[in-house]
Formats: sequence, C-alpha cells, structure tokens
Amino acid sequence: MAQEHTAPVHGEHEETYTGLNHRKMLMWAFLGSDCMFFGSLIATYLVYKGKSLSGAMPMDVFDIPVTSVSTFVLLMSSMSMVLAYAALTRGNIKAFRIWMVSTAIMGATFIGFQVYEFSSFANYHVHFECAEIAEDIAQDKHVKPGDEHFFNKECLDENGVVKNDHHVDADYGLKPQTNLFGTTFFTLTGFHGAHVTLGVVWLLSIFFLSFKRGVVTPEKNLDVDLAALYWHFVDVVWIVIFTVVYLFGVFPGY
Amino acid sequence: MSTFPLAIPRPVHPTGIWNWITTIDHKKIGILYGVTAFILFITGGIEATLMRIQLSGPELDIVSAAVYNQLFTMHGTTMIFLAIMPMGAAFFNFLIPLQIGARDVAFPRLNAFSYWTFLAGAIMLKLSWIGGATDAGWFGYAPLTSIDQNPGKGIDFWIISLQVLGIASLAAAFNFIVTIINMRAPGMTMMRMPLFTWMSFLTAILLVLAFPVITVALIELTFDRYFAFNFFNVAQGGSVVLWQHLFWVFGHPEVYILILPAMGIVSEVIPVFSKKPLFGYTTVVLAGAIIAFMGWMVWSHHMFTVGLGPVANAVFTITTMLIAVPTGIKVFNWMGTVWGGSLRLNTPMVFSLGFIAMFLIGGISGVMHAVSASDAQQQDTYFIPAHIHYVLFGGAIMALMSGVYFWFPKFSGKMFNEKQGQLHFWLMMIGQNLSFFPMHFVGLDGMPRRIYTYVDGMGWELWNGVSTFGVFILIAGFLVFIYNMVNSWKNGEPAPGDPWDARTLEWSIPSPPPEYNFKEIPVVRSLDDWWATKQGDPHREVPASGGSGGYEEEGGHGIHLPQPSYWPLVVSLGVFIAAYGVVFNDLIVPWAIAIIGTFIGFVGVYAWSLEPVNDPDEDSGH
Repeated sequence: MAQEHTAPVHGEHEETYTGLNHRKMLMWAFLGSDCMFFGSLIATYLVYKGKSLSGAMPMDVFDIPVTSVSTFVLLMSSMSMVLAYAALTRGNIKAFRIWMVSTAIMGATFIGFQVYEFSSFANYHVHFECAEIAEDIAQDKHVKPGDEHFFNKECLDENGVVKNDHHVDADYGLKPQTNLFGTTFFTLTGFHGAHVTLGVVWLLSIFFLSFKRGVVTPEKNLDVDLAALYWHFVDVVWIVIFTVVYLFGVFPGY
Repeated sequence: MSTFPLAIPRPVHPTGIWNWITTIDHKKIGILYGVTAFILFITGGIEATLMRIQLSGPELDIVSAAVYNQLFTMHGTTMIFLAIMPMGAAFFNFLIPLQIGARDVAFPRLNAFSYWTFLAGAIMLKLSWIGGATDAGWFGYAPLTSIDQNPGKGIDFWIISLQVLGIASLAAAFNFIVTIINMRAPGMTMMRMPLFTWMSFLTAILLVLAFPVITVALIELTFDRYFAFNFFNVAQGGSVVLWQHLFWVFGHPEVYILILPAMGIVSEVIPVFSKKPLFGYTTVVLAGAIIAFMGWMVWSHHMFTVGLGPVANAVFTITTMLIAVPTGIKVFNWMGTVWGGSLRLNTPMVFSLGFIAMFLIGGISGVMHAVSASDAQQQDTYFIPAHIHYVLFGGAIMALMSGVYFWFPKFSGKMFNEKQGQLHFWLMMIGQNLSFFPMHFVGLDGMPRRIYTYVDGMGWELWNGVSTFGVFILIAGFLVFIYNMVNSWKNGEPAPGDPWDARTLEWSIPSPPPEYNFKEIPVVRSLDDWWATKQGDPHREVPASGGSGGYEEEGGHGIHLPQPSYWPLVVSLGVFIAAYGVVFNDLIVPWAIAIIGTFIGFVGVYAWSLEPVNDPDEDSGH
C-alpha cells in the first residue's frame, strides 16, 4: 500500500510560520471567496426583488412548511458532520462511517427536496373558487398575487360582478425564463444546490476511501475537517437564503 | 506499488520538454508565466498597432468598423488579463518564495495548475479571432452582449475564457496568500517582509475577493445568452446598470490588482540603486493596504454619466479623490528614498524613475476625472485612454520592465547588456509619450474613443498622426528588449549571486537559484536582512552556515523537494475541453464535449488528491 510509506502530505505535518495548516488556510481563503460569490448572487436577487413584470411571485409558489423541513434536514446534517469528525478524532472508525454516510444522505435528501420544489414551481397551478377570493378581498385579507391576477381576469363578468359559481384552474408555472424572480431565484438556489451536490460527492468519496486501510485515520482527520468546513459553510449560506428569499418572500409588505 | 487505480507513479527526473510540462518548481513556472505573458503582450501590441494605423489619418479604410470593434475589445482584454496580470504572476511565482526564504510555494501542484489553466484561457481567447472575436468592449456592457444584439460566438468565447482565466487567478491567489502567511522563514515577521511580497499579498487578497463578482456577472450573462434568462433583459424589467455595477465592483479592484505589484517592484528597485533603505517602509505598506481597502469604494466613478444621481456621484467623487492620497504618499516615499541617495542609474533604476514620472501624469489625469462634473466632459473621449495608458503602460509596464531587468541576472544567471537596456528605456519613454500624450489633446477636443475613423477637418489629424508615429518607436524599443533578453540569456556574462549589492533574501543565493533555493532556511533578524548581513552588523549573529558571508552553500543533498506531477496538466486540460464544450454546446451531441471535459477534470482532481506526494523510492537514490 502506497500510503503507508508515503511521506507526510506536503504541509500537513510541516511546521509553518503561524502554526496553522496550509490546507486549512487555503480552505478559509476559498470560503472567503465563496462568500463574495454568494454575496453577488444574493445582491442580484435583492436588486430585482419585486421588480418582476409578470408571472408567479414568491407569495404564489413558496411552500414554507415544505422548505422548513428540508432546511431542518440540512441543519441536522451539519450536526452529524460534527459527530463524524468527533468520532474519527476519537478513533472510532465505525461511528465515523455511520455519521459520514448519514450526513451525505441528509445532504442528498435536501437536494431531493430542491428537485421536487423546482419541478412543483415549474408546474404551479392557480386554482380557487371565485367566491372565496371575493370574500377574502372583501375582508381585506391578503390574496396571492397570482390568485388576484386570475380573479381579475376570469372571475368578473362584463358588469364587474363576481361570478360566484366559477372555478379557476390555470397554469402559472415559474421557470427561469418566466420573470426576474424566476431568473434570480433559480440561479441563486441552483448554485447553492450545486454546492451541496459537490459536498455530497466529497463526503461519499471520503466515506468510501475510509474502507481502504490507512487512508482515513485519526492522524489524517484534516481531510475530514476540510470537508466539514465546506459543509458547514454551505449550510450557513442556506440559512441566509432561507431567510432572505423564502421568509421575506412570503412576508406581506416585503 | 499502489493499489489505487489512479495513483500512478509521479514522473521521475523528466528531461527536455517533459521537464517543463510536469514541473512544479515555482521558478520554472514563473519563467513560463513570464514568457507566455510577453508573447501575449506582443499580440495585444499588434492589435494596438493595427488600430493606430487605422487612426493615423482621417477616413482611412485599413480595417473595417467591425474589425476595429474587435481590435479594441481584444486589445483591452489581452493587455489586462493576458499580459499585465500574468506578468505580475510571473514575478509572484519566481520571487515570493525567494524573498520570504522558502523552498517552494505552499501548493506546488496547484501552482502548475494555475499556469496551465491560464494558458488554456489565453489560447481560447486569442483563437476566437478565427470566426470573429468579441466586439463589445473589454467591459462587455449589456445589452451589447445580449444574444439578440450579438449572436456570434465571439462573446461566448470572451465569457468562457474569462471564467477559465478566473479559475487560474483564484487558484494562484489562494496559493500565494497561504505561502506568504505560512512559509516565511523564521524571524520574517510581516513587517520585515520585502515590499514586493507585501504588495503581492494585498493583490492576492483583492483577487480572491474581486474575481467571484465577475464570475457571477459572467454566469448571469451566460444564462441570458444560452437559456434566455432575464438578468439583463430590459423587456422583462432587467437592468443593464446591474451589469455595470457588478463589472466595476470587480473592475476597480482589478485596476489595483494590476498596479500594486508594479508598485512593489519599484519599491524594491529604488532602495537598491539609491543605496538607502526605503524611506518610510511602514507608511508604504500601510498606503498599499489602504489602497487595497479603498479600491472597493470607488467603482461607480466608472459610471458617472449613467445617471445614478447627484448623491452617488458626489460620494464617489470624494472617495476617488481620497484614494489618490495613499497613492501620493507612496510617490513621496519613493522620492524620499531617492533624495540624498548614492544613485546608480542602471537600467532597472531608470525604468523605476520613469515609472514614477509616467504614473504621476496618469494619476493627475485620474484625479481630474474623479470630479464627476468634469468627467461628464471626458467620458468616452480620448482623454480616458490617455489616462489609462499612462497608469497601465507608463505605470504597470514600465515597472514590470524595471523588474525584468532587475531580476534578469537572478532568473537567467546572466547579465544583460546595459547599453541596450538604456536604449530600450529611452525608446520607450519617447515612444509612449508621443503615443499617449496627444490623446489628452484630442480627447479634450472631443474626439470620441472606440470610433474606427473620423472625418477630415476636425483638427485631430496631426495628433493622431503623432500617436501612430510613437507606436513605431515603442515597437523599436521592444525589439531592442527582445534582442537583449534572448542574446544575453544565451551569451551574457555569468551573473554573480548579488550583482546589484541588493537588500533582500533572493540575492543571498546563487544566480540562477538552485532547485531547492536555500540550502539552509535563513533566520531573519531585520528588515532588508541580506543587506544587514553584508554590513556585518555587530549586534547580529553571523548565520552558522558560513559560506560567502551569507546563506548560500553548495550541494543540497537530502533536501526534500516535491516531485513533478502530471495531474495539474490533466485537470487544466479538462477545464480547457469543458470550456470549448460550453461554447460549442450544440456540436454533435448537445453538451457532450463539456461533460467529457468535466469528467477528465474530475478524474484529474481525484488522481491529484490520491497521488503519493513524494515517491519514497526516489528519496534514497537522489
């Protein structure tokens, strides 16, 4: 086995001026750079927030309970990542593998939610009874922009009177090409999803390599540490996206 | 020897071309960067010459308007991304480990990857001349770049090759940040670092933070062009001004990415040839740091005529004037160093002095268009090219030439011809002032930039003719330079380790440096440590290694150096194929080439990370 008599990884056990590891410092510099990457995407989203001329709006398509579940899964994956690292440091390789694979599974689950979400947004339908919306408007309740759009379009007869027995069921899908919201939303969350996907591939690579003797050991826990740093970062970015995009998106007045 | 399918042995003592292809030695990579960047600089110069010939008289028809648009776009993009930035990278690579007393950079293989990826991006951009290059300006303003306005592949090549170059720059910047923080020799505190290393450090930080912004802007543009997204689609409420903001939030720090290494070089050359320590070292470092910080607060001065309103214009006027202050401080520090010094006007020194004069003129015209009201008159006239050429040619290129002459003995091991160097300097000084100073006149007289011709009788004929004449003097100057470099490298006198009686660590070792740089890692006790060592400062211990009063020693057995590697090249190749695959995504099977390239890149990354770092069998036989 090559790795048993391989010299130390360059920089890993070497003395550095600051005592900090080369690769760890590189990872922090990369994350700083990635902050600017997501910062620019979020800035673009915010600049265009509320500027869409037509089509579905955040209020129409977002399903906060569903996204809350996927958010919770992603946050829990950060915890299992911590447990995986701790297990490896203790030398408990079996526990390490279990936590590692559960982190990857939770990451994949998050991606699954995102795929579901994207497709449900793309196939979004507006359906309501005209009478219900008329009542909501009369009571000054908040009405989804899409519902209001189709209410004005389909529910009023030529005299402006509400057609009480009319049912609206219209295709109102949100695609990247639909409007500025679609463009910025899919780009921002899509790149986050790509980061998570890459993270899952990375975690699984380490997981499978841990079955080779001497590759993943307590002494070489830096390899896992770096993946964990990346994973937590991607997690933190999601907290920002969930707040700024999803929660502010459905909050009336924003 | 390994059970990993991908862990093939690393190349062992390759010779000839394979030596260069698989090298991870920072000095060789630095030379590769320098030579490649200079060749690309010549291509950008040819583009400029064609433009100048077209403008030499009124209503000429040497190139068409369409070709002219491609010429100015490619000239700008080439000079910024393919010439000045990689020339800076050449110096980073060659010098930083030598200046901080290290044997290599922190990530030697990543360094090789940076070079090959840069080369991939450069080839891609320059080959886009086949079939029509980009013609929307180096800033690529929306909607000039939209698929409706500009359906050709030129813009796609521009976008994707800039992304590739961005990957290369980011990888290099991460590498140098870690190298400078972590690999300094014992005793080399931050405030004992040579000025060039300091300015490179600041440049790397700017790169790391600025490039993601252009990456996002280019991604948005790509999605608009390829998938009909709406980022810059006005019909759907998109804003073309957003592109300008994103571009200049990157673009202005980029200006300092170009000039800070130049300032670092000048801050090294002037003390050596004045035989004095740099006047106000701490101030120069802090001024550089303030420039790097304030570089983020001035981007909208590129957009004074967009109509952002009086408040934004006033704020950016003030910040732009403020950033001139630390720059002025540096100029005074250089002058303070020269003042009362024992001057030697060798070629590197005259280039550095020339830099101060030329950069000052560019700085002054810069402050002129910092005033937004005045800028409204100057915007899009030749006054702006006059400014940018004084700061980037008179500034950055002069300083880089100063650096090439200064360190030529170090990287080639030979002395250059001093007379030819002086001739080059004077041809360059005369040529650039003839070329660029008249642009001030025609600019203030209202001649717009980026026009392919002008009618007779506007009063611009004389000065345009002078500008074009100046270009040929510049060409003569660079021919002298090329002859001098090639001839001296082949037939020059062997250079001693320290031909200039210089101050920093790279001069304490032989020229050219041995592969391992330092036989013994030096212990640094002061700023300009090598100078202090040579003066025999009685308060200092003489390093135990002895030798010729310094750190150099023959031999070098048993020094552990990282081995060459194939994988950086493979990953770069994957990036290259994927990039072409994105541009030609409709070829044969849609996106197939891009996927193949990405796959090659991934295989390369895995093989890279599983590669044995040092072949154990190799050590014993070394």
